[in-house]
Amino acid sequence: MEQVTLNTADLKSQEYFLNMGPQHPATHGVLRLILTLDGEVVKNIEPDLGYIHRSIEKQCEYEGYKQIIHLTDRMDYLSAHINNEAVALAIEQALEIEVPERVKVIRTIMGELTRIASHLLWWGVMGMDVGALTTFMYAFRDREMINDIMEETCGARLTMSYSTPGGVMFDLHPNFQKRVKEFIPHLRKVIPKYDELLTGNVIFQKRMKGVGYLSKEDAISLGASGPVARGSGVHSDIRKIKPYSALDKVDFKEIIYTEGDNLARYKVRMDEMLESLNIIEQLIDNIPDDGIQAKTKALIKLPKGEFLQRVETARGDLGVYIVSDGKKNPYRVKFRSPGFSNLNALIEMGKGHLIADLVAIMSTLDFVVPDIDR
Amino acid sequence: MSYIGDIIGGIKTLLNGMKVTGAYFFPNIINRKYVITRQYPDEPAIVFERFKGEVVMWHNENNEHRCTGCQACEIACPNGSIEIIWDRVLNPETGKKVKQIDQHIYHLGMCTMCNLCIQACPTNAIMWSTNFHNSTYDRSQLTKVLNRPGSKLMAGVEE
Repeated sequence: MEQVTLNTADLKSQEYFLNMGPQHPATHGVLRLILTLDGEVVKNIEPDLGYIHRSIEKQCEYEGYKQIIHLTDRMDYLSAHINNEAVALAIEQALEIEVPERVKVIRTIMGELTRIASHLLWWGVMGMDVGALTTFMYAFRDREMINDIMEETCGARLTMSYSTPGGVMFDLHPNFQKRVKEFIPHLRKVIPKYDELLTGNVIFQKRMKGVGYLSKEDAISLGASGPVARGSGVHSDIRKIKPYSALDKVDFKEIIYTEGDNLARYKVRMDEMLESLNIIEQLIDNIPDDGIQAKTKALIKLPKGEFLQRVETARGDLGVYIVSDGKKNPYRVKFRSPGFSNLNALIEMGKGHLIADLVAIMSTLDFVVPDIDR
Repeated sequence: MSYIGDIIGGIKTLLNGMKVTGAYFFPNIINRKYVITRQYPDEPAIVFERFKGEVVMWHNENNEHRCTGCQACEIACPNGSIEIIWDRVLNPETGKKVKQIDQHIYHLGMCTMCNLCIQACPTNAIMWSTNFHNSTYDRSQLTKVLNRPGSKLMAGVEE
Protein backbone atom coordinates (compact mmCIF):
# COMPACT_ATOMS: atom_id res chain seq x y z
CA MET A 1 0.00 0.00 0.00
CA GLU A 2 1.24 3.43 -0.90
CA GLN A 3 2.29 5.69 1.93
CA VAL A 4 0.39 9.03 2.01
CA THR A 5 2.59 11.85 3.16
CA LEU A 6 0.98 14.98 4.56
CA ASN A 7 2.73 18.30 4.18
CA THR A 8 1.64 20.44 7.11
CA ALA A 9 2.66 23.62 5.31
CA ASP A 10 -0.13 23.06 2.78
CA LEU A 11 -2.82 22.86 5.46
CA LYS A 12 -4.89 25.96 5.96
CA SER A 13 -6.83 26.84 9.05
CA GLN A 14 -10.36 28.02 8.65
CA GLU A 15 -12.28 30.36 10.88
CA TYR A 16 -15.60 29.14 12.21
CA PHE A 17 -18.48 30.44 14.28
CA LEU A 18 -19.59 29.25 17.68
CA ASN A 19 -22.60 30.31 19.70
CA MET A 20 -21.81 30.88 23.35
CA GLY A 21 -25.12 31.12 25.14
CA PRO A 22 -27.92 32.07 25.48
CA GLN A 23 -28.14 29.12 27.87
CA HIS A 24 -24.45 29.02 28.74
CA PRO A 25 -23.97 28.96 32.53
CA ALA A 26 -20.89 31.19 32.40
CA THR A 27 -22.76 34.08 30.79
CA HIS A 28 -24.78 34.53 34.01
CA GLY A 29 -28.05 34.92 32.21
CA VAL A 30 -29.33 34.86 28.70
CA LEU A 31 -26.51 36.57 26.85
CA ARG A 32 -25.57 35.17 23.45
CA LEU A 33 -22.07 35.71 22.12
CA ILE A 34 -21.35 34.81 18.51
CA LEU A 35 -17.66 33.92 18.50
CA THR A 36 -15.43 33.80 15.48
CA LEU A 37 -12.81 31.20 16.31
CA ASP A 38 -9.55 30.03 14.85
CA GLY A 39 -8.98 26.75 16.61
CA GLU A 40 -9.61 27.74 20.18
CA VAL A 41 -8.45 31.34 19.79
CA VAL A 42 -11.13 34.00 19.78
CA LYS A 43 -10.85 36.26 16.74
CA ASN A 44 -14.02 38.28 17.12
CA ILE A 45 -16.94 38.55 19.51
CA GLU A 46 -20.39 39.67 18.54
CA PRO A 47 -22.85 39.99 21.43
CA ASP A 48 -26.46 39.32 20.52
CA LEU A 49 -29.04 40.80 22.85
CA GLY A 50 -32.79 40.64 23.18
CA TYR A 51 -33.39 37.36 24.97
CA ILE A 52 -34.56 39.03 28.18
CA HIS A 53 -35.89 42.29 26.82
CA ARG A 54 -38.89 43.44 28.85
CA SER A 55 -39.18 46.97 27.43
CA ILE A 56 -38.81 48.60 30.83
CA GLU A 57 -38.16 52.01 29.28
CA LYS A 58 -41.37 51.83 27.29
CA GLN A 59 -43.36 50.57 30.28
CA CYS A 60 -42.16 53.60 32.24
CA GLU A 61 -43.99 55.86 29.77
CA TYR A 62 -47.31 54.36 30.88
CA GLU A 63 -46.66 54.47 34.62
CA GLY A 64 -46.84 57.29 37.12
CA TYR A 65 -43.59 58.54 38.61
CA LYS A 66 -44.05 56.63 41.86
CA GLN A 67 -44.75 53.45 39.94
CA ILE A 68 -41.56 53.57 37.85
CA ILE A 69 -39.46 52.64 40.85
CA HIS A 70 -40.58 49.03 41.21
CA LEU A 71 -39.59 48.42 37.56
CA THR A 72 -36.01 49.52 38.17
CA ASP A 73 -35.64 46.77 40.76
CA ARG A 74 -35.85 44.33 37.91
CA MET A 75 -33.08 45.93 35.85
CA ASP A 76 -29.91 45.37 37.81
CA TYR A 77 -31.39 43.17 40.50
CA LEU A 78 -28.12 42.92 42.42
CA SER A 79 -28.01 46.65 43.06
CA ALA A 80 -31.76 47.13 43.23
CA HIS A 81 -31.64 49.74 45.95
CA ILE A 82 -29.19 51.95 44.05
CA ASN A 83 -31.43 51.81 40.97
CA ASN A 84 -34.42 52.87 43.08
CA GLU A 85 -32.37 55.68 44.53
CA ALA A 86 -31.36 56.90 41.07
CA VAL A 87 -34.96 57.31 39.93
CA ALA A 88 -36.02 58.85 43.22
CA LEU A 89 -33.15 61.34 43.04
CA ALA A 90 -34.02 62.26 39.44
CA ILE A 91 -37.64 62.97 40.41
CA GLU A 92 -36.57 64.95 43.49
CA GLN A 93 -34.18 66.96 41.35
CA ALA A 94 -37.02 67.80 38.96
CA LEU A 95 -39.46 68.73 41.72
CA GLU A 96 -36.72 70.68 43.57
CA ILE A 97 -37.60 69.13 46.92
CA GLU A 98 -35.10 68.74 49.71
CA VAL A 99 -35.31 65.34 51.39
CA PRO A 100 -34.68 64.95 55.15
CA GLU A 101 -31.12 64.23 56.28
CA ARG A 102 -32.24 60.90 57.71
CA VAL A 103 -33.41 59.75 54.29
CA LYS A 104 -30.07 60.70 52.74
CA VAL A 105 -28.12 58.73 55.33
CA ILE A 106 -30.44 55.71 55.13
CA ARG A 107 -30.15 55.66 51.36
CA THR A 108 -26.37 55.84 51.46
CA ILE A 109 -26.05 53.03 54.03
CA MET A 110 -28.48 50.83 52.14
CA GLY A 111 -26.69 51.59 48.88
CA GLU A 112 -23.32 50.57 50.27
CA LEU A 113 -24.79 47.40 51.80
CA THR A 114 -26.23 46.57 48.39
CA ARG A 115 -22.83 47.17 46.80
CA ILE A 116 -21.16 44.79 49.26
CA ALA A 117 -23.85 42.16 48.67
CA SER A 118 -23.38 42.48 44.93
CA HIS A 119 -19.60 42.27 45.12
CA LEU A 120 -19.84 39.25 47.44
CA LEU A 121 -22.05 37.45 44.97
CA TRP A 122 -19.62 38.38 42.20
CA TRP A 123 -16.70 37.04 44.21
CA GLY A 124 -18.43 33.73 44.78
CA VAL A 125 -19.48 33.31 41.17
CA MET A 126 -16.10 34.46 39.89
CA GLY A 127 -14.42 31.69 41.87
CA MET A 128 -16.90 29.19 40.44
CA ASP A 129 -16.12 30.34 36.90
CA VAL A 130 -12.42 29.69 37.29
CA GLY A 131 -12.98 26.41 39.13
CA ALA A 132 -12.96 27.19 42.86
CA LEU A 133 -16.28 25.97 44.23
CA THR A 134 -15.77 26.89 47.90
CA THR A 135 -15.95 30.64 47.25
CA PHE A 136 -19.59 30.39 46.27
CA MET A 137 -20.58 28.86 49.60
CA TYR A 138 -18.59 31.34 51.65
CA ALA A 139 -19.79 34.39 49.75
CA PHE A 140 -23.42 33.36 50.02
CA ARG A 141 -23.08 32.82 53.75
CA ASP A 142 -21.97 36.43 54.21
CA ARG A 143 -24.42 37.79 51.69
CA GLU A 144 -27.23 36.16 53.65
CA MET A 145 -26.47 38.52 56.54
CA ILE A 146 -27.06 41.55 54.30
CA ASN A 147 -30.19 39.97 52.87
CA ASP A 148 -31.51 39.56 56.41
CA ILE A 149 -30.80 43.22 57.17
CA MET A 150 -32.65 44.22 54.00
CA GLU A 151 -35.57 41.91 54.68
CA GLU A 152 -36.01 43.16 58.20
CA THR A 153 -36.25 46.82 57.15
CA CYS A 154 -37.57 46.74 53.58
CA GLY A 155 -39.65 43.56 53.66
CA ALA A 156 -37.89 42.01 50.69
CA ARG A 157 -34.52 40.45 50.16
CA LEU A 158 -33.68 41.47 46.62
CA THR A 159 -36.31 43.66 44.97
CA MET A 160 -36.74 46.13 47.78
CA SER A 161 -38.61 49.06 46.15
CA TYR A 162 -37.43 50.96 49.22
CA SER A 163 -36.82 54.51 47.97
CA THR A 164 -39.78 56.59 46.94
CA PRO A 165 -39.76 60.14 45.54
CA GLY A 166 -39.14 62.29 48.60
CA GLY A 167 -38.17 59.61 51.07
CA VAL A 168 -38.17 55.94 51.89
CA MET A 169 -41.02 53.46 52.32
CA PHE A 170 -40.50 52.39 55.93
CA ASP A 171 -38.47 53.68 58.83
CA LEU A 172 -35.45 51.66 59.87
CA HIS A 173 -36.18 48.59 61.95
CA PRO A 174 -35.02 48.93 65.60
CA ASN A 175 -32.59 46.04 65.05
CA PHE A 176 -30.99 47.66 62.01
CA GLN A 177 -28.02 49.32 63.68
CA LYS A 178 -27.28 46.26 65.81
CA ARG A 179 -27.27 43.95 62.83
CA VAL A 180 -25.09 46.22 60.71
CA LYS A 181 -22.61 46.57 63.56
CA GLU A 182 -22.46 42.78 63.80
CA PHE A 183 -21.88 42.50 60.08
CA ILE A 184 -19.01 45.02 59.74
CA PRO A 185 -16.46 43.22 61.96
CA HIS A 186 -17.54 39.88 60.49
CA LEU A 187 -16.73 40.97 56.94
CA ARG A 188 -13.49 42.64 58.02
CA LYS A 189 -12.48 39.33 59.56
CA VAL A 190 -13.36 37.11 56.60
CA ILE A 191 -12.02 39.17 53.68
CA PRO A 192 -8.33 38.50 54.54
CA LYS A 193 -9.26 34.81 54.70
CA TYR A 194 -10.80 35.08 51.26
CA ASP A 195 -7.59 36.64 49.98
CA GLU A 196 -5.71 33.69 51.40
CA LEU A 197 -8.14 31.22 49.87
CA LEU A 198 -8.42 32.58 46.34
CA THR A 199 -6.32 35.66 45.62
CA GLY A 200 -3.01 34.07 46.55
CA ASN A 201 -3.75 30.79 44.81
CA VAL A 202 -1.28 30.10 42.03
CA ILE A 203 -3.87 28.69 39.61
CA PHE A 204 -6.07 31.71 40.13
CA GLN A 205 -3.14 34.09 39.63
CA LYS A 206 -2.25 32.37 36.35
CA ARG A 207 -5.82 32.73 35.11
CA MET A 208 -5.98 36.41 36.09
CA LYS A 209 -2.62 38.06 35.58
CA GLY A 210 -2.18 39.68 32.18
CA VAL A 211 -5.44 38.26 30.81
CA GLY A 212 -8.08 40.53 29.32
CA TYR A 213 -6.04 43.69 29.08
CA LEU A 214 -8.00 46.91 28.63
CA SER A 215 -6.00 50.07 28.10
CA LYS A 216 -6.97 53.36 29.69
CA GLU A 217 -7.69 54.89 26.27
CA ASP A 218 -9.96 51.99 25.28
CA ALA A 219 -11.76 52.11 28.61
CA ILE A 220 -12.59 55.78 28.07
CA SER A 221 -13.52 55.52 24.39
CA LEU A 222 -15.68 52.41 24.88
CA GLY A 223 -17.55 54.05 27.74
CA ALA A 224 -16.56 51.50 30.36
CA SER A 225 -17.45 52.48 33.90
CA GLY A 226 -17.33 51.21 37.43
CA PRO A 227 -14.70 48.69 38.54
CA VAL A 228 -13.90 47.85 34.91
CA ALA A 229 -12.76 51.42 34.18
CA ARG A 230 -11.12 51.80 37.59
CA GLY A 231 -9.10 48.65 36.98
CA SER A 232 -7.65 50.43 33.94
CA GLY A 233 -6.80 53.58 35.85
CA VAL A 234 -9.75 55.79 34.90
CA HIS A 235 -11.19 58.00 37.63
CA SER A 236 -14.82 57.08 37.08
CA ASP A 237 -16.44 56.89 40.51
CA ILE A 238 -19.63 58.96 40.40
CA ARG A 239 -19.62 58.97 44.20
CA LYS A 240 -16.47 61.14 43.96
CA ILE A 241 -17.24 63.08 40.77
CA LYS A 242 -20.78 64.07 41.65
CA PRO A 243 -21.64 63.05 45.23
CA TYR A 244 -25.31 62.32 45.88
CA SER A 245 -27.29 61.63 49.08
CA ALA A 246 -24.96 61.68 52.11
CA LEU A 247 -21.80 60.78 50.19
CA ASP A 248 -20.45 64.34 50.31
CA LYS A 249 -20.22 64.09 54.11
CA VAL A 250 -18.17 60.91 54.26
CA ASP A 251 -14.48 60.39 53.69
CA PHE A 252 -13.52 57.54 51.40
CA LYS A 253 -10.92 56.58 48.82
CA GLU A 254 -11.57 55.90 45.17
CA ILE A 255 -9.97 52.55 44.39
CA ILE A 256 -7.78 52.75 41.30
CA TYR A 257 -5.56 50.08 39.77
CA THR A 258 -3.64 50.76 36.57
CA GLU A 259 -2.78 47.28 35.31
CA GLY A 260 -6.00 46.90 33.33
CA ASP A 261 -6.07 43.11 33.49
CA ASN A 262 -8.38 40.64 35.21
CA LEU A 263 -6.48 40.80 38.47
CA ALA A 264 -6.74 44.59 38.62
CA ARG A 265 -10.51 44.47 38.24
CA TYR A 266 -10.65 41.73 40.86
CA LYS A 267 -8.62 43.80 43.30
CA VAL A 268 -10.75 46.91 42.71
CA ARG A 269 -13.88 45.05 43.81
CA MET A 270 -12.21 43.40 46.79
CA ASP A 271 -10.91 46.76 48.05
CA GLU A 272 -14.22 48.45 47.31
CA MET A 273 -15.99 46.15 49.75
CA LEU A 274 -13.71 47.33 52.57
CA GLU A 275 -14.13 50.96 51.46
CA SER A 276 -17.93 50.54 51.56
CA LEU A 277 -17.58 49.28 55.12
CA ASN A 278 -15.69 52.50 55.92
CA ILE A 279 -18.56 54.58 54.55
CA ILE A 280 -21.15 52.63 56.56
CA GLU A 281 -19.05 52.90 59.72
CA GLN A 282 -18.92 56.68 59.44
CA LEU A 283 -22.69 56.96 59.10
CA ILE A 284 -24.19 54.19 61.19
CA ASP A 285 -23.71 55.76 64.61
CA ASN A 286 -25.28 59.14 63.98
CA ILE A 287 -28.34 58.74 61.82
CA PRO A 288 -30.25 62.04 62.10
CA ASP A 289 -33.86 61.92 63.21
CA ASP A 290 -35.89 64.26 61.05
CA GLY A 291 -38.53 62.15 59.37
CA ILE A 292 -38.45 59.70 56.50
CA GLN A 293 -40.60 61.49 53.95
CA ALA A 294 -40.52 64.97 52.46
CA LYS A 295 -43.88 66.42 51.51
CA THR A 296 -44.93 65.33 48.04
CA LYS A 297 -48.28 65.33 46.30
CA ALA A 298 -50.19 62.07 45.99
CA LEU A 299 -50.06 62.41 42.20
CA ILE A 300 -46.62 63.59 41.15
CA LYS A 301 -46.38 65.74 38.03
CA LEU A 302 -42.94 66.81 36.86
CA PRO A 303 -42.40 70.24 35.30
CA LYS A 304 -41.62 70.37 31.59
CA GLY A 305 -37.99 69.62 30.86
CA GLU A 306 -35.20 67.05 30.83
CA PHE A 307 -33.59 65.66 33.95
CA LEU A 308 -30.50 63.52 34.35
CA GLN A 309 -29.26 61.78 37.47
CA ARG A 310 -26.12 59.65 37.62
CA VAL A 311 -25.35 57.20 40.40
CA GLU A 312 -22.65 54.62 40.95
CA THR A 313 -24.15 51.14 41.09
CA ALA A 314 -22.10 48.05 41.87
CA ARG A 315 -21.43 47.75 38.15
CA GLY A 316 -20.74 51.36 37.28
CA ASP A 317 -22.36 54.52 36.10
CA LEU A 318 -26.15 54.32 35.91
CA GLY A 319 -27.78 57.34 34.30
CA VAL A 320 -31.50 58.01 34.57
CA TYR A 321 -32.70 60.46 31.95
CA ILE A 322 -36.32 61.61 32.19
CA VAL A 323 -38.02 63.79 29.61
CA SER A 324 -41.23 65.26 30.95
CA ASP A 325 -43.97 67.14 29.14
CA GLY A 326 -45.79 68.13 32.32
CA LYS A 327 -48.16 65.15 32.49
CA LYS A 328 -48.48 62.54 35.21
CA ASN A 329 -46.34 60.07 33.33
CA PRO A 330 -42.99 60.71 31.66
CA TYR A 331 -42.68 61.39 27.93
CA ARG A 332 -39.53 59.31 27.71
CA VAL A 333 -37.27 57.51 30.17
CA LYS A 334 -33.81 56.36 29.23
CA PHE A 335 -31.54 54.28 31.43
CA ARG A 336 -27.85 54.41 30.66
CA SER A 337 -26.93 51.07 32.11
CA PRO A 338 -23.35 50.24 33.08
CA GLY A 339 -23.49 46.65 31.86
CA PHE A 340 -24.29 47.62 28.30
CA SER A 341 -21.20 49.76 27.80
CA ASN A 342 -19.00 47.33 29.70
CA LEU A 343 -20.11 44.71 27.19
CA ASN A 344 -18.39 46.79 24.48
CA ALA A 345 -15.16 46.49 26.40
CA LEU A 346 -15.48 42.68 26.32
CA ILE A 347 -15.08 42.75 22.53
CA GLU A 348 -11.70 44.47 22.86
CA MET A 349 -10.58 42.42 25.82
CA GLY A 350 -11.52 38.98 24.54
CA LYS A 351 -9.73 39.14 21.17
CA GLY A 352 -6.74 36.83 20.95
CA HIS A 353 -7.58 34.84 24.07
CA LEU A 354 -8.80 31.28 24.46
CA ILE A 355 -12.46 30.47 25.15
CA ALA A 356 -11.66 29.47 28.73
CA ASP A 357 -10.05 32.85 29.29
CA LEU A 358 -13.10 34.54 27.82
CA VAL A 359 -15.17 33.00 30.62
CA ALA A 360 -12.76 34.43 33.19
CA ILE A 361 -12.83 37.85 31.51
CA MET A 362 -16.62 37.85 31.46
CA SER A 363 -16.82 37.13 35.14
CA THR A 364 -14.49 40.02 35.97
CA LEU A 365 -16.85 42.28 34.03
CA ASP A 366 -19.65 41.15 36.38
CA PHE A 367 -22.57 41.12 33.98
CA VAL A 368 -26.16 41.19 35.05
CA VAL A 369 -27.92 40.49 31.78
CA PRO A 370 -31.31 42.07 32.66
CA ASP A 371 -29.33 45.27 33.16
CA ILE A 372 -27.74 45.06 29.70
CA ASP A 373 -31.04 44.17 28.08
CA ARG A 374 -33.71 46.33 29.60
CA MET B 1 15.25 24.64 39.14
CA SER B 2 12.46 27.11 38.66
CA TYR B 3 10.24 24.24 37.50
CA ILE B 4 10.51 22.53 40.86
CA GLY B 5 10.27 25.91 42.57
CA ASP B 6 6.97 26.52 40.78
CA ILE B 7 5.62 23.19 41.95
CA ILE B 8 6.63 23.87 45.55
CA GLY B 9 5.13 27.37 45.37
CA GLY B 10 1.92 25.94 43.93
CA ILE B 11 1.61 23.35 46.67
CA LYS B 12 2.24 26.05 49.25
CA THR B 13 -0.63 28.22 47.99
CA LEU B 14 -2.89 25.18 47.78
CA LEU B 15 -2.15 24.32 51.40
CA ASN B 16 -2.80 27.94 52.30
CA GLY B 17 -6.29 27.66 50.82
CA MET B 18 -6.85 24.29 52.49
CA LYS B 19 -5.98 25.90 55.81
CA VAL B 20 -8.92 28.28 55.43
CA THR B 21 -11.40 25.59 54.45
CA GLY B 22 -10.00 23.18 57.03
CA ALA B 23 -10.40 25.69 59.85
CA TYR B 24 -14.04 25.83 58.87
CA PHE B 25 -14.57 22.17 58.20
CA PHE B 26 -12.97 20.32 61.13
CA PRO B 27 -14.60 22.21 64.04
CA ASN B 28 -17.86 21.65 62.19
CA ILE B 29 -17.57 17.86 62.27
CA ILE B 30 -17.10 17.91 66.03
CA ASN B 31 -19.77 20.33 67.23
CA ARG B 32 -21.52 21.79 64.13
CA LYS B 33 -20.34 25.20 65.28
CA TYR B 34 -20.61 27.16 62.03
CA VAL B 35 -23.63 25.47 60.49
CA ILE B 36 -26.01 28.09 59.17
CA THR B 37 -28.16 25.93 56.88
CA ARG B 38 -31.63 25.41 58.29
CA GLN B 39 -33.45 22.19 57.45
CA TYR B 40 -36.57 24.06 56.43
CA PRO B 41 -39.55 21.71 56.58
CA ASP B 42 -38.27 20.23 59.86
CA GLU B 43 -37.17 23.53 61.38
CA PRO B 44 -39.49 26.53 61.13
CA ALA B 45 -38.45 29.24 58.67
CA ILE B 46 -37.34 32.62 60.03
CA VAL B 47 -39.80 35.19 58.67
CA PHE B 48 -39.40 38.85 59.51
CA GLU B 49 -42.44 40.79 60.61
CA ARG B 50 -42.23 43.21 57.68
CA PHE B 51 -41.89 40.48 55.06
CA LYS B 52 -44.07 41.24 52.06
CA GLY B 53 -45.73 37.92 51.38
CA GLU B 54 -49.16 38.77 50.06
CA VAL B 55 -51.81 41.45 50.49
CA VAL B 56 -54.64 40.55 52.87
CA MET B 57 -57.68 42.39 54.15
CA TRP B 58 -58.14 42.69 57.86
CA HIS B 59 -61.46 41.41 59.30
CA ASN B 60 -62.65 41.62 62.88
CA GLU B 61 -64.58 38.93 64.76
CA ASN B 62 -67.95 40.21 63.47
CA ASN B 63 -66.78 39.64 59.88
CA GLU B 64 -66.40 43.37 59.24
CA HIS B 65 -63.63 45.01 57.19
CA ARG B 66 -62.43 48.58 56.77
CA CYS B 67 -62.55 48.87 52.94
CA THR B 68 -64.78 51.69 51.75
CA GLY B 69 -64.23 50.95 48.08
CA CYS B 70 -62.44 54.22 47.35
CA GLN B 71 -60.21 52.47 44.77
CA ALA B 72 -57.06 54.30 45.88
CA CYS B 73 -55.18 50.99 45.87
CA GLU B 74 -56.46 50.12 42.42
CA ILE B 75 -55.18 53.45 41.05
CA ALA B 76 -51.86 53.18 42.88
CA CYS B 77 -51.11 49.68 41.60
CA PRO B 78 -48.55 49.78 38.78
CA ASN B 79 -49.75 46.72 36.89
CA GLY B 80 -53.42 46.24 37.67
CA SER B 81 -53.09 43.52 40.29
CA ILE B 82 -56.07 44.91 42.18
CA GLU B 83 -59.60 45.18 40.85
CA ILE B 84 -62.51 46.37 42.95
CA ILE B 85 -66.11 45.62 42.06
CA TRP B 86 -68.39 48.03 43.89
CA ASP B 87 -71.87 49.47 43.87
CA ARG B 88 -73.78 52.26 45.60
CA VAL B 89 -76.14 50.88 48.23
CA LEU B 90 -78.85 52.74 50.12
CA ASN B 91 -78.00 53.15 53.77
CA PRO B 92 -81.31 52.72 55.68
CA GLU B 93 -80.22 54.88 58.63
CA THR B 94 -79.11 58.02 56.81
CA GLY B 95 -81.12 57.52 53.63
CA LYS B 96 -78.05 58.21 51.49
CA LYS B 97 -76.49 56.03 48.85
CA VAL B 98 -72.96 54.97 49.86
CA LYS B 99 -70.23 53.09 48.05
CA GLN B 100 -69.89 49.44 49.06
CA ILE B 101 -67.50 46.83 47.78
CA ASP B 102 -68.79 43.63 46.31
CA GLN B 103 -65.45 41.98 45.62
CA HIS B 104 -61.89 43.15 46.24
CA ILE B 105 -60.01 41.04 43.70
CA TYR B 106 -56.26 40.60 44.11
CA HIS B 107 -54.07 38.89 41.51
CA LEU B 108 -51.18 37.53 43.52
CA GLY B 109 -49.59 36.13 40.40
CA MET B 110 -49.11 39.61 38.99
CA CYS B 111 -48.20 41.41 42.21
CA THR B 112 -44.65 42.78 42.45
CA MET B 113 -44.84 43.58 46.19
CA CYS B 114 -44.07 47.28 45.69
CA ASN B 115 -46.12 48.41 48.73
CA LEU B 116 -47.81 51.28 46.85
CA CYS B 117 -51.38 50.03 47.47
CA ILE B 118 -50.85 49.73 51.20
CA GLN B 119 -49.27 53.18 51.29
CA ALA B 120 -52.23 54.59 49.35
CA CYS B 121 -55.00 53.07 51.49
CA PRO B 122 -56.63 55.87 53.55
CA THR B 123 -58.41 53.53 55.98
CA ASN B 124 -55.72 50.87 56.56
CA ALA B 125 -58.03 48.20 55.19
CA ILE B 126 -55.32 46.11 53.51
CA MET B 127 -51.97 45.03 54.88
CA TRP B 128 -49.13 42.60 54.31
CA SER B 129 -49.25 39.03 55.44
CA THR B 130 -46.00 37.15 56.00
CA ASN B 131 -47.41 33.99 54.48
CA PHE B 132 -45.12 32.61 51.79
CA HIS B 133 -46.76 29.25 51.12
CA ASN B 134 -48.26 30.50 47.89
CA SER B 135 -47.39 27.82 45.36
CA THR B 136 -50.33 26.26 43.55
CA TYR B 137 -50.79 23.85 40.68
CA ASP B 138 -52.84 26.32 38.67
CA ARG B 139 -52.28 30.03 38.34
CA SER B 140 -56.02 30.77 38.44
CA GLN B 141 -55.85 29.91 42.15
CA LEU B 142 -53.56 32.91 42.63
CA THR B 143 -56.47 35.26 41.96
CA LYS B 144 -58.02 35.87 45.35
CA VAL B 145 -61.03 37.72 46.67
CA LEU B 146 -59.81 39.55 49.74
CA ASN B 147 -63.11 40.38 51.44
CA ARG B 148 -64.72 37.36 53.05
CA PRO B 149 -68.18 36.25 51.92
CA GLY B 150 -70.94 38.06 53.76
CA SER B 151 -68.59 40.64 55.26
CA LYS B 152 -69.57 44.27 55.50
CA LEU B 153 -68.01 47.65 56.22
CA MET B 154 -67.11 48.37 59.83
CA ALA B 155 -69.22 51.08 61.38
CA GLY B 156 -67.53 54.47 61.60
CA VAL B 157 -65.03 53.96 58.76
CA GLU B 158 -65.40 56.65 56.14
CA GLU B 159 -63.34 57.84 53.22
